[in-house]
Amino acid sequence: MISVQEITVCFGEKVVLDHFSLELPEKGITALSGPSGCGKTTLLRVLAGLQPVQQGTVTVPQPPVMLFQENRLLPWRTVERHITDVLPKSRRGEVSRWLALAELEGEEKQFPPALSGGMGRRLALARALACGGKLFLLDEPFTGVDAPRAARMVERIRQLGVPVILSSHEAEVVALCDRVISLKGPPLVRV
Amino acid sequence: MTPSTTSRNSTGIKILRAVIPLAFWLGVWQLAAFLVDLRTSGHGALLLPAPMVVAGRLQVLAVQPAFWQAAVVTLGRIFAGFAAGAAAGAVTAAATSALKGADWVLTPAVKVIRAIPVASFIVLVLLWAPSAGWVPAIVSGLMVLPVLWGNVSKGVAQTDPLLLEAARAYRFGRGKTLRLVYLPSVLPYFASGCATGLGLAWKAGVAAEVLCQPKLAIGTQLYRAKITLETPDLFAWTAVVIVLSFLLEYAMGLLFRRLGGSKP
Repeated sequence: MISVQEITVCFGEKVVLDHFSLELPEKGITALSGPSGCGKTTLLRVLAGLQPVQQGTVTVPQPPVMLFQENRLLPWRTVERHITDVLPKSRRGEVSRWLALAELEGEEKQFPPALSGGMGRRLALARALACGGKLFLLDEPFTGVDAPRAARMVERIRQLGVPVILSSHEAEVVALCDRVISLKGPPLVRV
Repeated sequence: MTPSTTSRNSTGIKILRAVIPLAFWLGVWQLAAFLVDLRTSGHGALLLPAPMVVAGRLQVLAVQPAFWQAAVVTLGRIFAGFAAGAAAGAVTAAATSALKGADWVLTPAVKVIRAIPVASFIVLVLLWAPSAGWVPAIVSGLMVLPVLWGNVSKGVAQTDPLLLEAARAYRFGRGKTLRLVYLPSVLPYFASGCATGLGLAWKAGVAAEVLCQPKLAIGTQLYRAKITLETPDLFAWTAVVIVLSFLLEYAMGLLFRRLGGSKP
């Protein structure tokens, strides 16, 4: 079970999560839906262990892997290198598999500044997935990606068999998920 | 316009951009030398020799083995001092950025080195060094160290925290984070520090040679030219310093372009 119990996160005076609790099964794709700034990213960062909480407990399968809201690509590494950088030596042969998942075949030697917004986003997603983990936390994974392609990628991600929690504004993407948690805030609350 | 014509044009523009300023300043020099010669009734070469006089003197010097020996030894000394200073500056910056204790201990020391006048260093190092030949290298290194320390420290501080967080999230480990995030982020700051440091190393190194007079040295030749009032020689040796400095800077620029070659 993925669970957060009574967690509180504040940034200075601003309370983003106030005794917030949530339980999710360890399977399928869960969409977090809600307006910008309501606290979805903070919740994902808490689940990833990147955001300390003032109080409460967090239980997630280890290790979780986060796709950040920003691509955070290395301008000096090629597309191919971004994938090999996160793969252990024993899995180096998987590069083409992850590039195929993100539909980036043929772009191996490109550098991030030469990629379009959508391609950069798909590379960031491929890198996070390739890194591997027991839980994928994807913050706005399909920003700039066209809806049909996003739908194909959601299906490929589902086939990985790893539980996924994603935040998204795109109704087409949310509709493909197994469950949707509607949120509002801050402080974050379930609707 | 075909691509080859465009390429020829851009090469032509590059050549013109190098030749026109050079010709302009040589013209200014020639005119100034002519005017000084007029005012001193033909003794102008003592104060400001004309470019052709200096070129003639350079031609005479260049056939002497001692000329090349002095040039090579000075180049070696200054480059060795520069390289040691750059390495020490980078290592010190890494230490002061990573360890609070090192920051407390080393930062004031580097700031003191930065504040000490080059002349004080030359005299002090001359007292301590085993031979005069060491002084230019040590002084060059001491001039370069604070510059590289400042630049590399700034580069480390400016490394994108979002990339560092991503490196942690994707389990890069220390070595990989250093190689893939820190080093490429710091390289432009290091290169810029090297360009500044190289100029300082030449100035301080040749000044140290003038004051310490090792046997084979451009600085020693400059000093001899000064005491014998051989102004054309003084200019000729200065020209040698400028050429060597430009060559070293060019070689370093090539090296850094190669190191950063994987960037788009």
